[in-house]
Amino acid sequence: MRTPFASKLAALLAQGNFVVTAECGPPRGSDAAAVIQKGRLLKDVVDAVNVTDNQTAIVRMSSIAACRHLLELGLEPVMQMVTRDRNRIALQSDILGAYSMGIRNILCLSGDHQSFGSQPDAMNVFDIDSMNLVHAVRRMRDNGTDMSGFALKDSPRMFIGAAANPFADPFEYRVIRLAKKIDAGVDFIQTQCVYNVERFRRWMQMARDEGLLEDVHILAGITPLKSGGMARYMAAKVAGMDVPEGLIRRMEGVDKKAAPAEGVAIALETIAELREMEGLSGIHIMAIEWEAIVGDIVRAAGLTPRPTAALNRPAAGE
Amino acid sequence: MIVGEQKPISEIREIIAPYRRVLVLGCGTCVKTCFAGGEDETAVMASALRLSLKKDGLAGDIREWTVERQCEDEFIQEAARPAAECDAILSLACGAGVQMVARRFPDKPVLPGVNTTFIGVLEERGLFTEECAGCGQCKLALFGAVCPIARCAKKLLNGPCGGSRDGRCEVNPDTACAWHLIIERLTALGQLDNLRAYVPPTDWRTSLSGGPRKLIREDHRI
Repeated sequence: MRTPFASKLAALLAQGNFVVTAECGPPRGSDAAAVIQKGRLLKDVVDAVNVTDNQTAIVRMSSIAACRHLLELGLEPVMQMVTRDRNRIALQSDILGAYSMGIRNILCLSGDHQSFGSQPDAMNVFDIDSMNLVHAVRRMRDNGTDMSGFALKDSPRMFIGAAANPFADPFEYRVIRLAKKIDAGVDFIQTQCVYNVERFRRWMQMARDEGLLEDVHILAGITPLKSGGMARYMAAKVAGMDVPEGLIRRMEGVDKKAAPAEGVAIALETIAELREMEGLSGIHIMAIEWEAIVGDIVRAAGLTPRPTAALNRPAAGE
Repeated sequence: MIVGEQKPISEIREIIAPYRRVLVLGCGTCVKTCFAGGEDETAVMASALRLSLKKDGLAGDIREWTVERQCEDEFIQEAARPAAECDAILSLACGAGVQMVARRFPDKPVLPGVNTTFIGVLEERGLFTEECAGCGQCKLALFGAVCPIARCAKKLLNGPCGGSRDGRCEVNPDTACAWHLIIERLTALGQLDNLRAYVPPTDWRTSLSGGPRKLIREDHRI
């Protein structure tokens, strides 16, 4: 495992904790209060909070700014960064800026295609892909240089994450892709939502057989279902999602009012199974516009209080 | 080939409106193959414009001519006489042809009658698909002869996004996921492990980012 540095998330993982992260989507507006309100719901129940970067290609408050608001609340942000909207010059510049503001974790993504968003007429960038971004951030940290090879003054030392989808086809290739991301410099992986635990187990097994789990922390994605309709929709419409028919029936089988509680029950059962899984480092709860439920899930799963990390955090801007 | 499609008659009517005598100039190479601007399409376009003008009670003199290639001056010269007799030229070639014709006839307005769409192939009867983005640094050897720059909506070079479903692109389910094709082909060739290698960021200087590109063949410049 690579040496931890001033990231609390890195320290907690290095200490062997089963970590809990959650997701926070910034508002479609410029009011910091919206971020702070979501942040308060997550404080003390999770170890770090992912802040999405214009997810589904809809204009929102920038991930960097929202991360800063969370930092001020005392939360540990994971800045998501997509390669859809910025070229390599802007990406690197924003990483320098983010680090200067105290952001220590980055999740490198390619990003949802703009055709899914509110401005499908926009041009995309994709100058580099998420793998290239991981590689670039690693070079900044380990070599102290930007992508041109220029030695940066106080090069950022980010804890580097990426996404993985254990459920996309073809299955064999998924492990090759994971290995490649680890080679590029990934420290942690947050996966697509796990509903099909058996398939996820097979993916973990395959990664373990390849010796990949020595070099990376895997956090399994959890999204509590709110209704039968949502389960059906995710299975049919959300790309790369595997929601078993049995689960959909179970959600559809309960009264509409009781459905959110059933969704939470499923999430808790999944978390219980995941905690028994060898080599898994934690969970990543993506409760889309339902941040209030995260605390309930974490507490009900017996995952509170959250551990503290022994680290020397440099002050912002240091 | 360079694939293009004719602009709608209504749009063409608008851009030729200021001119009385218009030469519809076809091109017998790429746009002929994709049925946008060859000799036959030029004749049909000219007739359609005549009918359309007549229907609106407008006087107009639409003429037609087709050259072998509008991207080479020696062929364009063959249209010198009909061009001289007209007030404007409506080119049914790709954008390169339009500009080359304008160079030959500097005193004539040259107008595009075709939207140039992409470098592609005839996939099946009546279906053309984009295959090449002309990036200037062919990487097809890495990807089992399937181009992720032209055929992946995110130009991903290190593997697919998580979004493809049943081998189709998430952006447009009518389109095959380029990465699905790459993986399928390399699996069939027993070369799937090729994809384990990191593909560094693309040098876009040879693509459009470097400004207009030039190719010099010294051996042909005498």
